[in-house]
Amino acid sequence: MNQQATPLQEPGTGGVRWRFLLPLGLFAALLVVLFVGLVHSPEKNIIPSPLVGKAAPQFSIPNLVSGGTPVSSAALRGHWSLVNVWGSWCATCRDEHSTLLMIKQQGTVPIIGIDWNDTPANATNWLQQLGDPYQQVGEDPNGRVAIDWGVYAAPESFLINPQGVIVYKEVGEITPDIWREQFLSRINAAGGAAPPPATGG
Amino acid sequence: MHSPRRSHLRALAGAALLIGLVWVGRALAVDATPPLPTPQLQQRYLALTHELRCMQCQDESLADSQVDLAGQMRSEVHDLLLRGMTDQQVKDYLVSRYGEFILFKPPMNWRNAWLWGAPILLMLVGFLAGWRIIVGRRRLVDDDPDEPLDDTVDEHWQS
Amino acid sequence: MFVELGHYALILAMLLAAAQAIFGLAGPALARERWMAAAPSAACGQFVFTALAVGVLIHAFISNDFSVRYVADNSNSALPLFYRVTALWGAHEGSILLWIFVLSAWTMAVVARLRHLPTEFGARVLGVLGVLSFGFLLFTLATSSPFARLFPTPADGASLNPLLQDPAFAVHPPVLYTGYVGFSVSFAFACAAMIEGRRDQLWARWMRPWTVMAWAFLACGIALGSWWAYYELGWGGYWSWDPVENVSFMPWLVGTALLHSLIVTEKRGLFKSWTLLLALAAFSLSLLGTFIVRAGLLISVHSFAADPTRGIFILAFLVIVVGGALLLYALRAPRMQSNAGFDLISRESFLLFNNILLVIAAAVVLAGTLAPDIAGALHLGTLSVGAPYFAPSFMVPVLPLLALLAVGIHARWKRGGLSHARRVILTTLVCALVIGLPLSLAVYGHPMPLAPVGAVLGAWIVLSSLVDPIDRIRRRLTLSASLVGMTVAHVGLGIFVLGITFVSSNSIERDVAMKPGQVAMVGDYAFRYEGVRDVTGPNFTAVRGTVTVTRHGQLVTVLHPEKRRFYVQDTEQTTAAIAPGLHRDLLASLGDDVGGGAWSLRLQYRPLIRLVWIGGVIMALGGMLAVFGRRQRGPATVPDAVPIAVARRTPA
Repeated sequence: MNQQATPLQEPGTGGVRWRFLLPLGLFAALLVVLFVGLVHSPEKNIIPSPLVGKAAPQFSIPNLVSGGTPVSSAALRGHWSLVNVWGSWCATCRDEHSTLLMIKQQGTVPIIGIDWNDTPANATNWLQQLGDPYQQVGEDPNGRVAIDWGVYAAPESFLINPQGVIVYKEVGEITPDIWREQFLSRINAAGGAAPPPATGG
Repeated sequence: MHSPRRSHLRALAGAALLIGLVWVGRALAVDATPPLPTPQLQQRYLALTHELRCMQCQDESLADSQVDLAGQMRSEVHDLLLRGMTDQQVKDYLVSRYGEFILFKPPMNWRNAWLWGAPILLMLVGFLAGWRIIVGRRRLVDDDPDEPLDDTVDEHWQS
Repeated sequence: MFVELGHYALILAMLLAAAQAIFGLAGPALARERWMAAAPSAACGQFVFTALAVGVLIHAFISNDFSVRYVADNSNSALPLFYRVTALWGAHEGSILLWIFVLSAWTMAVVARLRHLPTEFGARVLGVLGVLSFGFLLFTLATSSPFARLFPTPADGASLNPLLQDPAFAVHPPVLYTGYVGFSVSFAFACAAMIEGRRDQLWARWMRPWTVMAWAFLACGIALGSWWAYYELGWGGYWSWDPVENVSFMPWLVGTALLHSLIVTEKRGLFKSWTLLLALAAFSLSLLGTFIVRAGLLISVHSFAADPTRGIFILAFLVIVVGGALLLYALRAPRMQSNAGFDLISRESFLLFNNILLVIAAAVVLAGTLAPDIAGALHLGTLSVGAPYFAPSFMVPVLPLLALLAVGIHARWKRGGLSHARRVILTTLVCALVIGLPLSLAVYGHPMPLAPVGAVLGAWIVLSSLVDPIDRIRRRLTLSASLVGMTVAHVGLGIFVLGITFVSSNSIERDVAMKPGQVAMVGDYAFRYEGVRDVTGPNFTAVRGTVTVTRHGQLVTVLHPEKRRFYVQDTEQTTAAIAPGLHRDLLASLGDDVGGGAWSLRLQYRPLIRLVWIGGVIMALGGMLAVFGRRQRGPATVPDAVPIAVARRTPA
């Protein structure tokens, strides 16, 4: 195998043939795309919510406690709140329950619960068994409110600022670390939370 | 041909309400949502539920998915159509809540021009490349002698 | 301790693969006879130990050894024996082991035919295959060993995803992998040719049978997957442009282009560098597919659990293997150009456009599949792509491709042109119109806009493919294996196109809530719901419905759709009841108990859907016929190979 012509030259015609480097170039571009995809892959399972930065969707739903005043989005104004979508059928909600109880204990951010695709009896039993971290719980048996909030899995939690704007959404379990790093950090960055007024019902 | 065509048409007319508009025929999930009052609305419903993604199941359409959430979202689409929304309004309604991820059909806007334009663009490039190659090789046809094709070639292809 | 044997077997296999790579590549470079002779032995050893590792894992599954984490995650003592074995490839670690096993099996096939190749070339091919095997074994041992232990040993396993407990699923991955991985042989041949800088086109002749075999297996694998999805997933869909499906389809498209390009290179020495590039691309797409599925880049019903560390490893492997091969291409391919020519209307010209259109089709699928990542990289926001993009976009290159096939199949080489075939082309077109148009407009009625086009194209392809063989038979000439294979494959394609056309255009689906005794019409068919009852299976309980189907008063079939609940995973699975038929399938599935004794049911009519898979299998059959028919012309008629080998042997 003697090689008189330089590697990139076509024999006999002279001139450099850059087109043979084109496949390598395209491959490099592909690698960039794949690498970006790989870097972002942990986030792939979490679809970014378009509601972040927007006003919380309005709702008014029956209270879990029969005879109680309806739970509405009016309760989200004037102070920081956490809206937590859960169900008694949801295993991960069980896991995050202790964190929610801890948040309730801290007393700065009230938790409004939306009981999703559930029955009042099951929900009440569940809360009796595990404890009730919620200031109020509303019933959403056919998912209308959940759809308005772009909910596709349980548990999902939304951090609402005193102006009623959704500041952050967490899909999945809230652990104490996540509470600190994602929720508290945002509250403190905006000046901290004053204890909310007590509400009845 | 006698009337198999007509009897087919008659039979199909009853079921024609439910033939989807999408190119690749798809099955519906078993949908407990009551049908819409007019055939046009029902067809729009079918088209929309095939174009929307079920958010809980990876890569299934709202029409195909069996999970509760899909049923509720189908119900929502049903109600939105009854309220008189256009297809685009229904899609916008859901996109404003769930993000563009919910659409199986990437919106046809300038941002996605590269994707929708890709087939045509590639065809152009391909055609030009092919043309250049053919023109180049045509010039060489007379240059090279008719070399004998080696003996393992099928005689069929030797002509 | 026995399980660790599998682990050690893999380590040995890896070392032998390294030996195979070194001996295979360095041997010819340093002109060492004995090294070149050692490469096949190393390959055999690697196969033996890989097979041993697979055997150990199978044994662990059969004996319900839940101390092995992979077994515990994917099997269960209540699982029937057959599925305990096929659970081997139910998840990532086992499927990678299957990949490695299939790769070493293909290597063994190459070793078996090694004497038909010049010594150096053969050694280099084995060397490249050794590099690939080594990389995968290293990956397995480093990140995904199926032999990892689990402490404490659970009493029972988690069991196999119910969707995967099915006979077709058992066969689908091995067949698919045989195809996928088989392109590694083409890749190795291409690399060997480039390393040697061969100016002849013999390597194309050697490469072709391997390529066609891999292509045929891949076609079968894809057809199996589609068929399985159809009856297993329960909603009558057979192709959803799911990313994992796309990722097996792209190598097939490029593989089709490759096998056509090989023909031109073999016969006329043309398109050499292009053929090499296609060979590299086909296997690169296989590797890409492996990467995408395991690295958490995809959201799909198919995808394995995401693990970015594995993704990084495979990405690195891709860079080294594909990047290295492409670099080799950039350096060597320019030297391998030919000076042959051909006319505008010639077989070469048609095959050129065949290639261009197939590659465009593959590129479109790639663009759509990676669109979310591309959009992310270019900061174009989030994007989601599904069938509404793929289906129309795919048609753009494919419809012209089909038309070109029906015409170009008559073209002669070089300056041959088509003038001799003008009458034939017109006749076949007219016949195709006569068959296709009434079929789509009258028999099936209410076609979608492209349906007549698809019907005519499908018929035209079948007719055009049959013209030449029939003509030769009439003239009492022999039919070579290649011609028979080509004809069968093209006929298969035509049948496939017909199936897809009518299924897409004329399927009927109805969702109805029915009480026992009620009847729903689906086309001409009357579906009567009789009721449900509870049944029990080996590892599930189910609700079983009965639906009687009649047509014009005659009983057609009785369908029994089920809704199963599996004990272990506590998941539900809908099993559709299917009444198959060559001209149509009828389906019924159970939905939900809607109360008042009524159930919601999905009823479907699917015309000609079987043709989709039958067409695919016939295509694969055509490929196999072409390959195995050739074997009669063994090495004796390859005069060039012997002198080169002899000449090289003399200097020691």
